[in-house]
Amino acid sequence: MDISAILISLRTAVLSIVITFFLGVLAAWGVVSMRRERVRAVVDGILTLPMVLPPTVAGFFLLYIFGVNRPVGKMLIEWFGIRVVFNWTATVIAAVVISFPLMYRSARGAFEQVDPDLIYAARTIGMSEWRIFWRVIMPMALPGVASGGILAFGRGLGEFGATAMIAGNIAGQTRTLPLAVYSAVAGGDMEGAYAYVAILVGISFIIVVSMNVLTAKERRGVRPKNRK
Amino acid sequence: MSLIVDIKKRYSGFTLDVSFEMEKMPLGILGASGSGKSMTLKCIAGIITPDEGRIEVDGRVLYDSKARINLRPQVRRVGYLLQNHALFPNMTVEKNIAEALDGPNREKGARIEQLLHRFELDGLGKRYPSQLSGGQQQRVAVARVLASEPDVLLLDEPFSALDAYLKESLQLDMKNRLEDFDGYAVMVTHDREEVYKLCPSLMLLEHGQVDNFGLTADLFKQPGTVAAARLTGCKNLSRATKKDDLTVFAEDWNLTLKTADAVPDDLTHIGVRAHAFKATNEDSVINMVTFDIRSAIETPFEWNILIQPDKGQGAEPIWWMLTKESQVFEKPAYLTVAPEDVLLLTGGNNTT
Repeated sequence: MDISAILISLRTAVLSIVITFFLGVLAAWGVVSMRRERVRAVVDGILTLPMVLPPTVAGFFLLYIFGVNRPVGKMLIEWFGIRVVFNWTATVIAAVVISFPLMYRSARGAFEQVDPDLIYAARTIGMSEWRIFWRVIMPMALPGVASGGILAFGRGLGEFGATAMIAGNIAGQTRTLPLAVYSAVAGGDMEGAYAYVAILVGISFIIVVSMNVLTAKERRGVRPKNRK
Repeated sequence: MSLIVDIKKRYSGFTLDVSFEMEKMPLGILGASGSGKSMTLKCIAGIITPDEGRIEVDGRVLYDSKARINLRPQVRRVGYLLQNHALFPNMTVEKNIAEALDGPNREKGARIEQLLHRFELDGLGKRYPSQLSGGQQQRVAVARVLASEPDVLLLDEPFSALDAYLKESLQLDMKNRLEDFDGYAVMVTHDREEVYKLCPSLMLLEHGQVDNFGLTADLFKQPGTVAAARLTGCKNLSRATKKDDLTVFAEDWNLTLKTADAVPDDLTHIGVRAHAFKATNEDSVINMVTFDIRSAIETPFEWNILIQPDKGQGAEPIWWMLTKESQVFEKPAYLTVAPEDVLLLTGGNNTT
C-alpha cells in the first residue's frame, strides 16, 4: 500500500472542503437573496450543473478551461508560473467543482428554512443585514449547513472522474485514494486495493453517522444550552 | 402630526389600494383573511415595497415613489410585532432585547433590567424563549419592539397564537401598554371583539380597499355598508328596498320594517344584529315578526336560534340570539326589532 495516496487524498479533501464551504455558503446566500425569480432559476441551474453532469464531462470542461494552451491556463502559467493541469492543484479544483453543488444546495435549503418572520423582526428592530446573517440566519441554519459540509467533504474525498481527466493519475503527485483503488485493481494488486477500500469505507461510515447525528439535531430544532 | 399612508401594490388578481391618515390613537384594521391587512403593515414596516405612493410619519418620509425615497426597515423607526412573536430561539431573553438597543454595551445591561421589570419579566433574562409561557413570550416580544424606540408600532394579530384563557388578561395588559405608548399604534386583526377592546379608531378593509374608516364605537353602531356590517359581526343581512323615508322592505325576509333614521336613496341592504330581536307576546308592537323555529344551538350563557320569518313563504332564515335567563326555552308569540336597530346599508351590489 502506498501511503502517499492517503496523504494526497486527505490534503485534497481538507483544502477543497474549506474552499467549497465558503463558496457554497456565499453562493447559497446570494441566490436566496435574489429578488428576480427567473435570474435566480438560471443561476441556480448553473451552480447545480456539476452535480448532474457526468464527472468526466465536468473534467473535460475543466481541461478545456485550464489546459496549457487555453487562455486561462496560458495566463496562469505566463503570469504566475502556475501550471494547473496534471498537478496537485488540479485535484483540489476537481474536488471543489464536483462537491460545490452539494454544499450550495444544502446551504440554500437550510437558509430557506429559516422563518422569514425572524428576519423581518430583526430588520425592524434595527439589526444590520450582516449582523442578521451571522447572529440569526447562520445559527438557525447551522445543522443543515454543517450536514451539507460533511456531504461535500465525502463527495470531494471520493472524486474520481474529473480528477482523472484534469489531474491524471500520477503516483505520489495526483493519485488520490479512489484513483489508487482503480490503479491497484487494474494492476492486479488486490491486496493493495483491499487496504484503500477499507480506509474509504471507514471514512464514509463516519460521514454517514455524523450526518444522522446532525439531521436528528435539525429535527429537534435549536436547543437551549443551559436548561434550568 | 400624523401618520399618513397612501399606497398601491398590484398583484395578479389582487390590488392593494390603501390610503389613510391617523393620529396618536390606536387604530384597528379589521378585514377578512386575504383583504390585505398584513400586507398593509408590511408595506409600512418596509418589508414589502409598494408599487407607488407615500408613507410619512410626523413629516418624516419613509417611502415616496415619486421622490424615489424608500428607507430600509432598519432606519424607519417602525416596530413590528408579529403573530408568532418571532423571538430569536438561539438567544436568551436578555440577548433578544439587547439586539434592539443602541449604544455602548455597559449601558445596555441597566436598560435591559429596566425593561424586564417594566414588562414583569424579572429574573427571566437568562431563559430561552422556548422556556417561557405564551404570555411571557409576548411580553418579551413587546419589550424588544419598544426597546428599539419606534415612532410607529404595528401589531399583526397579536393574540391569535394564544390560548383563549390567556387572551383576556393579555388584552387588558396590551390596552394599557398601548395607552402608554407615545406613537402611532396600528393593530391588524380579524377578531372584532379584540378591535373593539383595544382600538378606539377603526379601518375596515375589503378586497384591498378601505371600506370604512372612523371611530370604532360609531362603526359598530352604524356600519353604513354591507361589508362593514359583516365585519362588525352582523349575522343577518337582507336585500332591501326603500318604501318611504322611514320604511324599508326586506326582500329576503319578506318583512316591512320601520326605521329610526331616514332611509338613503342608494340603500341596497338592511342588517339586524342577532341580539336586537326581542321576544314579545303582545300583538300590537312595532316591527312585529311572526316566525317558526328551524333549529337552536345552546351555549353556556345564550341561545342561538335560527328562525324562519313569516311562516315560511320561501324567506331566508334569521339568527336570533337570546341571553339565557332560565335553562328552559319557551317560544314567544312574536319577535320585535326596535327601529333604531335596523341598520341601513349601502354598497351591497359591489360585494355580493
